[in-house]
Amino acid sequence: MSLQPSTLTKADAIIAQYPQKRSAALPLLHLVQEDHGYITQEDMAWVAEKIGVTPMQVLEVVTFYPMFRQSPAGRRHIKVCRTLSCALRGSYALMESLEKSLNCPRSETSPDGNFTLEFVECIADCGCGPVVQVDHALYENVKPENATAFADQIKQSLQDPQYGKNQPQPGTPEWNG
Amino acid sequence: MPAVERPLIYANLRKPGYTVDIDCYLKNGGYEALKKAVAMKPEEVCKEVEVSGLRGRGGAGFPTGMKWKFLDRKSGKPCYLVVNADESEPGTYKDRQIIYKDPHQMLEGIAITAWAIQAKQTFIYIRGEFQHGAKILENAIAEAKAKGFLGNNILGSGYSCEVVVHRGGGCYVCGEETGLIESLEGKRGYPRIKPPYFPAVLGLYNCPTIVNNAETMAQVKHVLAFGGAEFAKIGIPGDSGTHIWGVSGLVKRPGLYEIEAGKATFGELLYDFCGGPLDGRKFKAIIPGGSSTKILKFGERFKGKLPNGQEFDWALEDIPLDSNSIAACGTGLGTGGTIVIDDSVEMIQALSNLNAFYAHETCGQCTPCREGSLWLSRVSKRITTGGGLESDVPLLLDIANQVAGRTICAHGEAVAWPVQSAVPKFKDEYLDSIRRRQKGETPSPLKLI
Ligand SMILES: Cc1cc2nc3c(=O)[nH]c(=O)nc-3n(C[C@H](O)[C@H](O)[C@H](O)COP(=O)(O)O)c2cc1C
Ligand code: SF4
Ligand code: FES
Repeated sequence: MSLQPSTLTKADAIIAQYPQKRSAALPLLHLVQEDHGYITQEDMAWVAEKIGVTPMQVLEVVTFYPMFRQSPAGRRHIKVCRTLSCALRGSYALMESLEKSLNCPRSETSPDGNFTLEFVECIADCGCGPVVQVDHALYENVKPENATAFADQIKQSLQDPQYGKNQPQPGTPEWNG
Repeated sequence: MPAVERPLIYANLRKPGYTVDIDCYLKNGGYEALKKAVAMKPEEVCKEVEVSGLRGRGGAGFPTGMKWKFLDRKSGKPCYLVVNADESEPGTYKDRQIIYKDPHQMLEGIAITAWAIQAKQTFIYIRGEFQHGAKILENAIAEAKAKGFLGNNILGSGYSCEVVVHRGGGCYVCGEETGLIESLEGKRGYPRIKPPYFPAVLGLYNCPTIVNNAETMAQVKHVLAFGGAEFAKIGIPGDSGTHIWGVSGLVKRPGLYEIEAGKATFGELLYDFCGGPLDGRKFKAIIPGGSSTKILKFGERFKGKLPNGQEFDWALEDIPLDSNSIAACGTGLGTGGTIVIDDSVEMIQALSNLNAFYAHETCGQCTPCREGSLWLSRVSKRITTGGGLESDVPLLLDIANQVAGRTICAHGEAVAWPVQSAVPKFKDEYLDSIRRRQKGETPSPLKLI
């Protein structure tokens, strides 16, 4: 079991918020996934034990919700909104450009493990399409013609030791994520 | 006189320098409506909301006061308040603004509602993708608790209510209120069969539960601030308050416009507020209230009678922005998320895009919805790749007709309505696409699927 100690303490606090332990299934799975990126069988057994259900009942939940992963994602997880409002503003062309720039076909992880590129359904920011979620940050109005610059920005972030550690400021992609 | 906005919900969050901190909210008159509410009896607060005529902002437009009356008090079980912040209907992005920019407004409405229905506990079910939004709400809850607006002994009333933020996992169907409840219980978000599972009777943990939309909560704050009777004067009889129009797609200025119910038309929204079509383009159609509402075509005439007996004969541009008028034109105000389509769009691609959404989001419990959504998606996509047949057009309609009304939840209608409304209106264009695509032509360079 490779969960961090802080995860273990948080778990008990989360469970205590609910009148019934089982309600903590989704929050615990999010916690585990944030801890090490995806959810293993061992994690599921741990969650099951914590909330008093069988591992199968946890697996049922994991497989139902698209946000839960059973395999690692790339170092940068890029989700492009595919749904109509964003598509009308060019999200398909954007996706095609990103596939080339990042050398990563959609729905896959690049061979170097740096990027996972996916289409996702509407992320409720439809007036600012195309929108792209990169890990914890939400980028708005990512026009297809700016796809290469956008991809470069993502590539550069791989070298940034502060990545994901800054306190989000209002109006920034980190705030909106 | 040109139509103007009337910001109520968005009044503060648009001010330059306005922040999510409680001090900023208090400086702008925050939590005064809650003070008013706890000085009243819970039943009196319920009465104010009933008198206000407020209708829910989650899409169905159900009168909020009436919903609260359905709570099963006789059972003796505790009751719960569940706030639906799962915002995931394509085209809809209004709740996000409240959560990310003015969380205390929603929390004040929650505190008032919890007091009114005497909820034992409140859960805010927020989209899993709103990671930072959930943190903003958690911080705001902690601030409100520290000042006695939430948590223990709210404003010295002796009433206590904890508010818990619960993140979903990226499923549209968990926005459906009974699917949401299942999800909150730690299970797959399979919608429940109604009856018997009306949330107000058998909801969370089989206890009476009120599920209300995030914006509905913010509206409740204003109902208390104005008083029910005054609030009812905003808008029109039968549809009070403001509606937030979230326009997206192919207009000059997509964005959020808060307009008093019935005080502007679609024409004014699309031309005056949104600046009209992109240069060199013409509007072709709109999906008025989120992707699950029926499509309206420019050039159509809408004729009929309003609930008040008034006869009308409108072009799309003339339709007033209130739920009665829009319903009378055969569609719905829904969430106010208007998706705009212009003449650069090949309609079968737009339909195919939405069909793919519903096929991805069906929970799979009901055969008509599970199979129907997949078939619709495949048939429409096949047309866009040149493999369509002319018989696919009636086939689409036939499949959709077998879904609506035959399922556990309204996702079935959401699957069927885009097809049922668009096929009759765009039949000729679909046939043209089929013929041209068979020959290898591309009717529009804009790829939507
Ligand atoms: C498939 C489906 C998805 C829904 N998604 C949402 C949603 O994301 N947010 C929401 O408030 N209501 C959503 N609803 C409507 C809810 O079931 C419910 O009517 C609403 O939360 C009630 O709130 P209100 O009375 O305040 O409008 C959805 C309904 C269906 C059928
Ligand atoms: S209608 Fe569709 S989404 Fe709703 S319960 Fe049935 S299969 Fe699930
Ligand atoms: S359609 Fe892309 S955010 Fe809604």
